[in-house]
Amino acid sequence: MSRGGLDPKTAPTFPMAAKAMLGDAQLRKNVRHATDVIQGKRARVVGEMPDWQELREAGKQIRRHTMEYLDFYLEEFEANCTRAGGVVHWARDAEEARRIVVELVKASGSDEVIKIKSMTTEEIQLNPALEAAGIHPYETDLAELIIQLGEDRPSHIVVPALHKNRQEIREIFQREMNLPELGDRPQDLADAARMFLREKFLRVKTAVSGANFLIAETGGVCVVESEGNGRMCLTLPETLITIAGIDKVLPRFQDLEVMLQLLPRSATGERMNPYNSIWTGVDAASADDGLRDGPGVFHVVLMDNARTEILADEEGRQTLNCIRCGACQNACPVYRQTGGHAYGSVYAGPIGAILTPQLQEMHHAQSLPYASSLCGACYEVCPVKINIPEVLIHLRNKVVKQNTAGVAGLFDVEAGAMKAMAMIFRSERRFRATQRLGRMAERPLVRKDERGQGWIGWLPGLLGGWTQARDLEEMPKETFRDWWERRGRDGN
Amino acid sequence: METDMVTNSRAEVLRRVRAATGGTSDGAAAWIGWNGIAREYRRKGTRERKKVLALLEDRLRDYDGRVVRVTSEGVGQSVAEILAERGVRRMVVPVGLPVGWLPVSWMPPSAGGVEFVVDEGLSSHELDGVDGVMTGATLAIAETGTFVLQSVAGQGRRATTLVPDYHLCVVKAEDVVETVPEAMERLQEMAGLATTFVSGPSATADIEMTRIKGVHGPRFLDVILIV
Repeated sequence: MSRGGLDPKTAPTFPMAAKAMLGDAQLRKNVRHATDVIQGKRARVVGEMPDWQELREAGKQIRRHTMEYLDFYLEEFEANCTRAGGVVHWARDAEEARRIVVELVKASGSDEVIKIKSMTTEEIQLNPALEAAGIHPYETDLAELIIQLGEDRPSHIVVPALHKNRQEIREIFQREMNLPELGDRPQDLADAARMFLREKFLRVKTAVSGANFLIAETGGVCVVESEGNGRMCLTLPETLITIAGIDKVLPRFQDLEVMLQLLPRSATGERMNPYNSIWTGVDAASADDGLRDGPGVFHVVLMDNARTEILADEEGRQTLNCIRCGACQNACPVYRQTGGHAYGSVYAGPIGAILTPQLQEMHHAQSLPYASSLCGACYEVCPVKINIPEVLIHLRNKVVKQNTAGVAGLFDVEAGAMKAMAMIFRSERRFRATQRLGRMAERPLVRKDERGQGWIGWLPGLLGGWTQARDLEEMPKETFRDWWERRGRDGN
Repeated sequence: METDMVTNSRAEVLRRVRAATGGTSDGAAAWIGWNGIAREYRRKGTRERKKVLALLEDRLRDYDGRVVRVTSEGVGQSVAEILAERGVRRMVVPVGLPVGWLPVSWMPPSAGGVEFVVDEGLSSHELDGVDGVMTGATLAIAETGTFVLQSVAGQGRRATTLVPDYHLCVVKAEDVVETVPEAMERLQEMAGLATTFVSGPSATADIEMTRIKGVHGPRFLDVILIV
């Protein structure tokens, strides 16, 4: 797989990609195992919280309120971050964000950067842009390192290498770190990553990070992580460049009391992840006395990249409430079968199925809103109560409207069939006639099994989608209505 | 030209936001709206003091931290014992660490004692050369097994508690709160300081979702709880 992959503009449709993934038994086994473990851990620590539902409700209200007053909070963040010595940049789209980051890295005088795991930088394909500019990015999160060294693509928001098992990871490390003797115990692999990256942490002078939260009230930024690679990147370099979607703002410092309870328990099933870092601009102490805490130069890039399109859609807006915990992915029966790559986007699973097409302004990834059985498991585990099934249906509606608009719609077979169905369902007479017609039409297709039950194994045209993977039972000889009427006449 | 571009992007993003939400937001309306957010979750703990401390110990241990309880007079002695047991030779301490926390019967390094270095601006490489770090903490959260560090006297720069492989943290019982909201309330006044929440040693679950202790931050963590 090429490292530039997972572009929704060029990805195959979900059903096509999913079919290929379903054939990979190892991948399915890995995904199943990892999502089972993480769901069990989440359930246990969520169960410890007597006020989980109240926290979810507060989380939802905080996020909804933030979106309603987003311009106010963005300006407040900008003013407070600037006052604390940070430099705030604005980017309309991915292209502009990439250009700003590349220029800032160059201005820092470094031709390499250490990176904290950031889905936003994955979204805008930052690494290929850095490489094209002669800058080498080092991913420092263990999972991202596995992805980068294996020239693979992330398949999960929180655990991007969840589709790889320990033996596969060992092979990548043996090859790329030149460690032929490396064992496959998770501890061996983590130690190898520590050795490999420590030298880079101590040497590289510029870092790139994402952000979990931007705090408007203080101008502070919060990053939540486990390994300490985040702290290394936030603390040791001279220049820090943080890139964040405009949706990452929180109104006040106090709001963290809700988010820092919801996020770790939902994401990794921990009461609190090992490290949360909060910093505000740059430390005022001078670098000369050596006591300055952290980088002397700090930039934040606030990126739109179609988030305002989502904001403008009243029903789709709740998508922006997402705090990227990945709980919906672990709970989703579709994701658990296909893994993340089938979604053709760095945002996979239920949240990806609604976020990706909207970030593409509905021009691409149109099959994703259909990549769901609408079972609602995602909504149930969402820490900020995003009603994903509701948004999925809303987006399906948009896709249909878009594809049947104008003259093309007149020739759309599926739209024509749906119109005909609507006509049939509106009249009892037409409905009964259609049932009679169906019983006649199916006759040549029905095959009896040993118990005399009729099955249809093949249907023509569009209907064939149903029989591709299963048989259809023949229509009953008598409908309920026929039976009811006969019963009335016979008086029994 | 460059400046124009930058100004334009800012104006354009804000214009789009306002077009999407129906106009420029009013600060007072935002204030009222924020205060109207339903916060029916627990804002205060309910456990008695003894149980809160026991909970903190339990949660720290659950994530591979070690905990010892001492009285304020016993800290120096306890530090000496723990460091001997850990086998560390060079410890860095931040400016402003209470002197009473240092070992009472101190031997010079030449005689096999632990060498203490005050961080008066050590480079990252120099920090990489010490075995451990000892600090205080602003507060601890029992329910999550967390202690919170800030760039203040006695706790020091963030790099100091990150690069060495071992962290010994001293927490006072009066600084232990039960819940996250109580912690955030205490931190509010110093919200602008660089702040780090630490919950157990560095760890990862990136390999098959198994929690593995110790990646880039300190792999070993001891907590002394002063009661």
